[in-house]
Amino acid sequence: MTHPSTSTAPRILPAGDAALVVEFGDEISVELHDRVIALDQAVQTEGVLGVTETVPTYRSLLVLYDPGVIRGAVLAETLAIMAQKAGGRMQGSRLWHVPVLYGHDAGLDLDEMAKMKGMTTQALIALHGSVDYRVYMIGFAPGFTYLGGLPETLHTPRLTTPRQLTSAGGIAIGGAQACIGALPSPSGWRFLGRTPLRSFDPAREEVFAFRPGDMIRFHPVTENEATALDARSAKGEICADYEVAG
Amino acid sequence: MTVQDAGRRGMLRFGVSGAGPMDPDAMRMANALVGNPADAATLEFAFFGGAIRFGDDRMVAVCGAVRDLRIGGNPVAPWQSHLVRAGQEVTIGAMAEAVWGYVAIGGGIGTQPVLGARSTHLRTGIGGIEGRTLQAGDMLPLGGAEPMPMRKLGAPWRVRSGAIHVVPGPQDDRFGATAVTVFLRGPFTVTQKRDRMAMVLDGPRIHAEMGHDIVSDGTLPGSIQVPGSGQPLVLLSDRQTTGGYPKIATIASVDLPRLAQMVSSRPFRFTAISQSRAEDMLIAHRDSFSRALAEVETAR
Repeated sequence: MTHPSTSTAPRILPAGDAALVVEFGDEISVELHDRVIALDQAVQTEGVLGVTETVPTYRSLLVLYDPGVIRGAVLAETLAIMAQKAGGRMQGSRLWHVPVLYGHDAGLDLDEMAKMKGMTTQALIALHGSVDYRVYMIGFAPGFTYLGGLPETLHTPRLTTPRQLTSAGGIAIGGAQACIGALPSPSGWRFLGRTPLRSFDPAREEVFAFRPGDMIRFHPVTENEATALDARSAKGEICADYEVAG
Repeated sequence: MTVQDAGRRGMLRFGVSGAGPMDPDAMRMANALVGNPADAATLEFAFFGGAIRFGDDRMVAVCGAVRDLRIGGNPVAPWQSHLVRAGQEVTIGAMAEAVWGYVAIGGGIGTQPVLGARSTHLRTGIGGIEGRTLQAGDMLPLGGAEPMPMRKLGAPWRVRSGAIHVVPGPQDDRFGATAVTVFLRGPFTVTQKRDRMAMVLDGPRIHAEMGHDIVSDGTLPGSIQVPGSGQPLVLLSDRQTTGGYPKIATIASVDLPRLAQMVSSRPFRFTAISQSRAEDMLIAHRDSFSRALAEVETAR
């Protein structure tokens, strides 16, 4: 199947007087996201005078600028050229091996989900860990990591009544999306467990673990292993390994 | 009341919103009046101030439309600095026809910076004192300050009136021409549902022809989201960094503090301008604010 939208020029839209949205399309797809990340990397590495910050999301890049340094109209032309040059080449994506304590206190929906899907809890855990997820976006709250690539069997609507407070490091499913939470927060997502890894820790030298464009692979750990990993996290360690893909 | 400085930068991509003042000019002017750098940490309050007792002699300026401001029981004027003696109390009453006010103290609030700023972000629980609203009995550390004369503004503090300027987009095309017309006709008021994250507006309902769900993307202070209720939501400094509602327009930077300061009963309208025009207005505003800072003079 071809993706005609991935080869067309992005739409560049005004967002007030100090930001532009470079929009590559309207849907969630690997191809569109590759282009978002490729442009983001080009802006980050080459630098554009007057650009203060960028926010990569599923299918668009938000570019903040200082109009006292560069005007939106000029920046739009620059970004159009950069997007064309960058294409869909993403560099230095990392594959993270993320430990998960399934079930227990944080995995409030694990057993219920297994029942809904007519499979054993073990089979559901195996299925959740059987694929590599892509980090599409970090948003909503610090370190909250939106993942794509959830096996279709696991697609599940959100709860009709959100919970007031869910666990830190929550591993959850919402519709066709998966996530790694960071801080405790209200949520209508369905929680399978939690990771001892802290995707956000303001006291740590490397404050954020994941970047948009990274890949995630989950593996189950026992309660004892999770406790040991919690202790490492508390000391300021990012307790997961990753490998860098080409 | 929370601790606020200029806020955090560069971490929107990791879900960290900037926080920072609702009315940056008022905060910066308060700092200038006490001899602080413009972006030093201040105390921001909404609707009502409170009482602050001082442990040593300090210059203090309150910027905001406060009705009753006293030092040691004696009425004093906002928008100028005063010397407060050790043991004296500054009491700040209710706001008149405005929402946000700032207390700048010589030397600045010296709480521990988190991720490059002292600003409190309540939702995340970072910055200020334990990432929360200040409570009676809290002790605030202050930075060092040199003795200096009292200062006042060179000219009265003026805020523009009239319609709130917006730049249509980025998703105005999802609404259709009728909805945009209804939006620009208004009028709207700010409802009581308002905090540092967002303000819900009341007025004509806005219906997006192409639906009220988009694939989530980045948000800004001043983004006007319209959820399925049709009631526009103006996002502010403490907002979530991404959102899944279409954004019909973005408020011009020069007018966002004015809207944040608007009391909940007063009707207003939006007027659409181009991005380039809004940039011109912002650049001109920066120039005039720089002049106002330069005109701060010694009070007699």
